[in-house]
Amino acid sequence: MLDIIEKYDILGAFWMTIRLAFFSAIGALVIGTVLAVMRVSPVAILRRLGSFYVNTVRNTPLTLLVFFSIAGPYYILQISLTDVNSPTALVDNGIRWAIVALAVYHAAFVCEALRSGVNTVPLGQAEAARSIGLTFGQSLREVILPQAFRGSIAPLGSVLIALTKNTTVASVIGVAEASLLMSEIIENETASVTVFLVFALGFVVLTLPVGVFFTSLSRRLAVKR
Amino acid sequence: MDDVKPDTAAPSDRTPDTPRDPMVVIDGVNKHFGDLHVLRDINLTVGKGEVVVVLGPSGSGKSTLCRAINRLETIESGTISIDGKALPEEGKPLAQLRADVGMVFQSFNLFAHKTIRDNVTLGPIKVRKKSKADADKQATDLLKRVGVEAQADKYPAQLSGGQQQRVAIARSLAMGPKVMLFDEPTSALDPEMVNEVLDVMVGLAKEGMTMIVVTHEMGFARKAADRVVFMADGQIVEVGTPQEFFTNPKSDRAKDFLGKILTH
Ligand SMILES: Nc1ncnc2c1ncn2[C@@H]1O[C@H](COP(=O)(O)OP(=O)(O)OP(=O)(O)O)[C@@H](O)[C@H]1O
Ligand SMILES: [Mg+2]
Repeated sequence: MLDIIEKYDILGAFWMTIRLAFFSAIGALVIGTVLAVMRVSPVAILRRLGSFYVNTVRNTPLTLLVFFSIAGPYYILQISLTDVNSPTALVDNGIRWAIVALAVYHAAFVCEALRSGVNTVPLGQAEAARSIGLTFGQSLREVILPQAFRGSIAPLGSVLIALTKNTTVASVIGVAEASLLMSEIIENETASVTVFLVFALGFVVLTLPVGVFFTSLSRRLAVKR
Repeated sequence: MDDVKPDTAAPSDRTPDTPRDPMVVIDGVNKHFGDLHVLRDINLTVGKGEVVVVLGPSGSGKSTLCRAINRLETIESGTISIDGKALPEEGKPLAQLRADVGMVFQSFNLFAHKTIRDNVTLGPIKVRKKSKADADKQATDLLKRVGVEAQADKYPAQLSGGQQQRVAIARSLAMGPKVMLFDEPTSALDPEMVNEVLDVMVGLAKEGMTMIVVTHEMGFARKAADRVVFMADGQIVEVGTPQEFFTNPKSDRAKDFLGKILTH
């Protein structure tokens, strides 16, 4: 086992997993917040667009999304997210499209987590905000969303954990993250339980603190009513 | 009382339903909730500096009327205007008008994630574009006035109901409103806290604030109201001075209603 650890860059693979998770989490939070605002907005067309996005994306298998992200825009439409002439163009494109696909996919779940947070905010808060003359946008920014975020920290934590584990899907387009390395090791060396356990442990080490952190954060920031 | 309320005619030398200098004019307003006709052809003019108490049995449409005045509830026909301006439909103009209309809710509705001070300064900073320093200073003065300055750095959930409602009044006052609406401001309070809130409201009335108050507190109506409006089944049934209304109600509905609440 030790020779395997020496021979393969397991830490490097997990570092890739962390990078994938980190950047797609940021993307998912941004897109998800925009979607959540659309879904609670008074404009019917925005609401419909928002729910169309959520329903479509949520019901598409992530593997397909990741696969099509690279197959569609990159190979067919030739949209490259990197300098095409750089020596690592192919690899970097894979990583970046994987991040895009992960962000787009998890944004739907972030949106739903935020919306469940919005539902924890009593209607009276919005009415009070409007009655002091805040516009719709100001009420959202100053009153509704800050409370909704606090109410959705726990579900957001679950989304983030799911996202971290879902980064393994990036292996379908050859991104060298942890699960791809695991398949490689199993193929080249042995299919031992130890190899599997090492990688499983790696994911637990990544996600467990996230869970603990979000649970304590949600307790600490809970809005007292 | 009248010398600090120069705009208001004394209740005695004014006919009950036509104040000289109108602040709120409600004209032919109708509203349904589904099949339920909650506001039936409501006409009411509230003068500048006038204090109107709205009474009536549960479900008579008092809250709906109050909320229609700052368009938290839309209306189907008729018009409502504040200080000569008709209520705008939507957007920025509506927000600006609401800034001039204070509203105090039965359930306080203080912003739960903000400190008491930040509750009071939010509107002045975001809507009135005051500097943080000016808004803070004003908040300190207002919180002193309603007697909760010691709680300025706490969060709403840490205050008693009576304190929260006084903060809510301060939050409304910070906008410099032309008129204030109160929807049963004391009915969610423990009995021992009712008076601390009513005292603040009586003070406001004396200073000449235009107020529309839905309340069953007869003491407040007698002490501070210029007129009492009695509603039943979505209609205004009777309008009169508190003296007239409480001692000599004309309609059977009002007699029945007073009989019920005064024996309690
Ligand atoms: N959003 C709503 N949807 C449907 N019906 C409503 C709604 N709000 C109020 N109603 C109904 O309209 C009627 C008038 O309600 P409103 O709250 O104005 O009465 P109220 O005089 O304030 O009564 P209370 O003394 O109980 O507060 C009631 O029958 C109520 O059930
Ligand atoms: Mg009511």
